[in-house]
Amino acid sequence: MIGEVLVECAHMSCAYNSTLAIKSIDLTIRKGDFVGIVGPSGSGKTTLLKAILGSITPVEGHITKKPHLRMGYVPQVETVDWNFPVTVLEVVVMTRSSVGRLPRVTKDERADALLVLERLGLGGLENRHIRELSGGQQQRVFVARALFHRPELLVLDEPTSGVDVRTRHEVLHLLADLHDEGVSIILSTHDLNGLAAHLPRLVCLNLEIIADGSPVDVMTPEILERTFGAPMEVLVHGGMPVVVDGVGADIAERMSRLA
Amino acid sequence: MIHVIAGLTTPFRYQFFNNGIIVATIAGALCGLLGVFVVLRGMSYIGHGLSHAVFGGAAASAVMNVNYFVGAGVWGIASGVIIGRIARRRLIGADAAIGVVTTASFALGLALLNRYGQAKKSIEAVLFGSVLGVKTIDIVAVSAVAILSVVIIVALYRAFLFATFDPEVAQVSGVRVAWIEALLMGLLSLTILVTMRVIGTLLISALLVIPASIARMLTNSFARMLWISPIIGGVSAFVGMYLSYFLDTSASATIILTGTLMFIVVYAVTGIRGRTRISGLHHI
Repeated sequence: MIGEVLVECAHMSCAYNSTLAIKSIDLTIRKGDFVGIVGPSGSGKTTLLKAILGSITPVEGHITKKPHLRMGYVPQVETVDWNFPVTVLEVVVMTRSSVGRLPRVTKDERADALLVLERLGLGGLENRHIRELSGGQQQRVFVARALFHRPELLVLDEPTSGVDVRTRHEVLHLLADLHDEGVSIILSTHDLNGLAAHLPRLVCLNLEIIADGSPVDVMTPEILERTFGAPMEVLVHGGMPVVVDGVGADIAERMSRLA
Repeated sequence: MIHVIAGLTTPFRYQFFNNGIIVATIAGALCGLLGVFVVLRGMSYIGHGLSHAVFGGAAASAVMNVNYFVGAGVWGIASGVIIGRIARRRLIGADAAIGVVTTASFALGLALLNRYGQAKKSIEAVLFGSVLGVKTIDIVAVSAVAILSVVIIVALYRAFLFATFDPEVAQVSGVRVAWIEALLMGLLSLTILVTMRVIGTLLISALLVIPASIARMLTNSFARMLWISPIIGGVSAFVGMYLSYFLDTSASATIILTGTLMFIVVYAVTGIRGRTRISGLHHI
């Protein structure tokens, strides 16, 4: 069954000053989707997410969203000021700025926040400073903040950027669980093997959409070279595509000569 | 014993001192409150620049015979909003832009006072502050700005917190970040305006930074910083003002030195934990 349309971009272009960041994007996100946007640095991934979130206005085309669509946004953890004096609980409830304005966290808010934290495996950590958590826990705190106002669409910018393998697995499992519970997800990543290959739908982006489909369909040498501008080889392991850097063999040969 | 007590209470026999210490204490607490945002947002240079910009407005209002609070207020708020926008939009290097805007305003103020004012006396009073000139209107003004700041920050606490911690996500979540920033710059301008006559242009930025930095060393909670910092600001202003009477030193300089001494003590006592906490603050 095809899900309800949450976001629809039609011939959408966005620019910073006069420089186009994304061009003529046609993209539909439906309820139940779990979409990964892949592309190299500067390809427009974050711009596309920002356009979906409404923090950038298209210069051409348009974007339509389901009326009163609730979205939760998880920024890159690398942009977070970990020294800022906030506890886990304060981070989670701050999204209700327009509802609960006063410093005091109400009983209901506290109960709701503890429920979300418990669900994400962060029970008992609500009074800890955010710096005191492990990488995986830090990432989950920001997912908890996004989930606190029960989003229909969860938007994540590079959720596995700068994290170790274990944290990446934790994040992937968490997102899969949330998707199973009915949350639609769109995320950006340049982590092809660690994250993108595990998603049901990938959009390859480099200014424009190069391809849109399942990992098996879009993770081909031709599409990846057009997307990333570098040769790549694709192997299949356990039914899943595995991307190998195309210049790897050449480098290996040169290195072996140096040994 | 009676002589000692009488000696200690001597300054309070003078109305000018009582007015001065009331304004200084409220000003210290107010600067401590807004200093939390100044320090956490890495805006200490903006606070420094803003006080210089307000100096231009103060000089212009004196020369044009316009009420100080009106002239310097309009000038200061306009400067604050412009500085805030420059810093936010990063149109050009923020530090350079702030340096140009505020020092130009400062230089204009100096030139106006040189040319048309009772130059030396006015300039010294504005640069270094003066308790002698404190009037009832100053007490009313600093109290009004303090009450306004507390009401706004408490009423919009989470929006202020969210916009300070994570402005991008705050914007996406429905917080009007630009509006919050303009409000903060407006409050900061008003604070500088009503405290400048006592503390002075040159030292006011220290009163914005020192109490909040001490509070940051003492706590990991934003909410607690918001009450610890004003207490430290108020106490350092009260003690500094009081000591200045006996030491026969400038009130504003003694206030800042008292704050600095508190900073050194807390820095030493909190050890590595305190140092780690303030090491992440920008532009201190």
